Amino acid sequence: MSDAPRTIRVPMLARVEGEGSLRIAIRDGRVQEVQLGIFEPPRFFEGILRGRSYEEVPDIVARICGICPVAYQITAARAIEDAMGLVVEPGVRSLRRLLYCGEWIESHALHVVMLHAPDFLGYEDGIRMAKDHAARVTSGLELKKLGNAIMTLVGGREIHPVNVRIGGMWRTPPPRELEPLRQRLEGGLAQAVELARWVASFPFPESSLSVPLVALSAPGAYPLDFGRIVSTAGLDIGAREFDAHVAETHARHSNALRSGFRAGGAYAVGPMARFALNHDRLTPVAAEAAREAGASSEERNPFRSIVVRAIEMVWACEEAIRCLASYRRPERPFVPAVPRPATGYAVTEAPRGLLYHRYRLDPRGTILDAKIVPPTSQNLRAIEVDLEGFAQSRLALSRAALSRACENAVRNYDPCISCATHALRATVEDA
Amino acid sequence: MRAVVIGVGNRDRGDDGVGLDVAERLRAAAPAGVEIVTSDGDPIEIIDAWSRAEAAIVVDATAPYGQPGRIRRFDVLREPAGAGLFATSTHELGVAEAVELGRALSVLPRRLVLFGIEAAGFARGAPPCPEVAAAVERASVEILVELRRLALFDALASLRAVSACQP
Repeated sequence: MSDAPRTIRVPMLARVEGEGSLRIAIRDGRVQEVQLGIFEPPRFFEGILRGRSYEEVPDIVARICGICPVAYQITAARAIEDAMGLVVEPGVRSLRRLLYCGEWIESHALHVVMLHAPDFLGYEDGIRMAKDHAARVTSGLELKKLGNAIMTLVGGREIHPVNVRIGGMWRTPPPRELEPLRQRLEGGLAQAVELARWVASFPFPESSLSVPLVALSAPGAYPLDFGRIVSTAGLDIGAREFDAHVAETHARHSNALRSGFRAGGAYAVGPMARFALNHDRLTPVAAEAAREAGASSEERNPFRSIVVRAIEMVWACEEAIRCLASYRRPERPFVPAVPRPATGYAVTEAPRGLLYHRYRLDPRGTILDAKIVPPTSQNLRAIEVDLEGFAQSRLALSRAALSRACENAVRNYDPCISCATHALRATVEDA
Repeated sequence: MRAVVIGVGNRDRGDDGVGLDVAERLRAAAPAGVEIVTSDGDPIEIIDAWSRAEAAIVVDATAPYGQPGRIRRFDVLREPAGAGLFATSTHELGVAEAVELGRALSVLPRRLVLFGIEAAGFARGAPPCPEVAAAVERASVEILVELRRLALFDALASLRAVSACQP
């Protein structure tokens, strides 16, 4: 390939949630600049929440995302409960974890099978892949249905569930209502194990991410709805300290704010981060699936994040079964809210990574200000750092091949810019 | 014969809600044994709906070609759905993808008929145009007729099967 200046431009990233683009400028044989453009219009949720009652927050923030609304609802509820000093009933904890597992299962199944697997097997999309891999696609869709069924049964409906409220849930079902899930989850667990084996057999391009990985960590459990924020560089803080360590900045090419350490540098969140920092806390079948897949806590190849996602589907099924077994209907579905002027914080692990919420309330529980930092915002800079190194090592490829390879690399992060996907139209032009 | 009518659409995009309006119109009038569902176009949801039935009718808005309100019928298992008609969708992956995915996974009902109602436009927040709004009633009648036809064909097929078994 000549050293003529060129720009790799993907105006519309395909098979990602939302509207994003990619631009890589190459000159003198070096990658000069990588821009992950987010042109999804700004949606002003933090502004919308000001002046609203604390009671409205879970239902409003659910609308941030149609694939992971539970992550937003549970994190918001925990943050406001933190502000009010509320402790939910143990049965509610189990239900919320079960609900969150349902979301992990449906989100991971959709991404792993329909959005990401086609990249590794050379297909344009999941539908074309389905012709040759019908059994695997069927398994993925069955798991997505299972996740949706959990969200409907526990949350009230699969899109923007309605059962989460401040202090608990609006309704806590008797265990017999949840019993039909047990058999479905046993079947789902077996399917998830088979999918993990399939995914682990993919050919993986070589790549290595150099930024620190950040995730929650909690004793005795793989991280989901609670824990301290830790990193592969030694960070260990509580939710209240997140703002002191992480800053959000705006770049012209992005309508989404981007996170980085205040001390400098990008970081990455998501399945690879969770596994690196919590690999010894998987449940037994998931741990075995990880061993069989050769997953390592030292892994830094973003292309192998699909293996971790598949293992996490196994974990989510196992964890859901455990939640079902331990669930006892609480005497009351929620504890009364006690509004007071305070600021509350919470961090949980959404399917795509760390999710942070902070709310400041007035004496009546009206929201004075809100801060929400989604996992994809935290990954934006890491994606650009990753793509810079990735593209640099592949400059010998043709424009079309390099463009396609870079777009595949973006999909390693399962970015959720919003919930839409668009057809690929890549253009390449000289810088 | 178990049948399902699936109304597909998005009411926030101009004429794209017409499939949902037809489904709502049919809820009051559909014969017994016919399930009426609505979908925002998620192909997995659409496939799941018709997997429960032996016959499925899908109704959705189609791309503008100068005749808003025109109703076209496609017998999917016997003829192509018409390139471009369902391929462009305000709800991204939609009916065309559902058919292709269903075909790939061998999850298609025995009878699958698409009714497309030609749109004038899909502007965000715009109301449906008068021609498309007027097409809701006509499409509902055509779908009711289609349901009877499918039931009749199913009955005739059963009769032939019984006759073939007799000495």
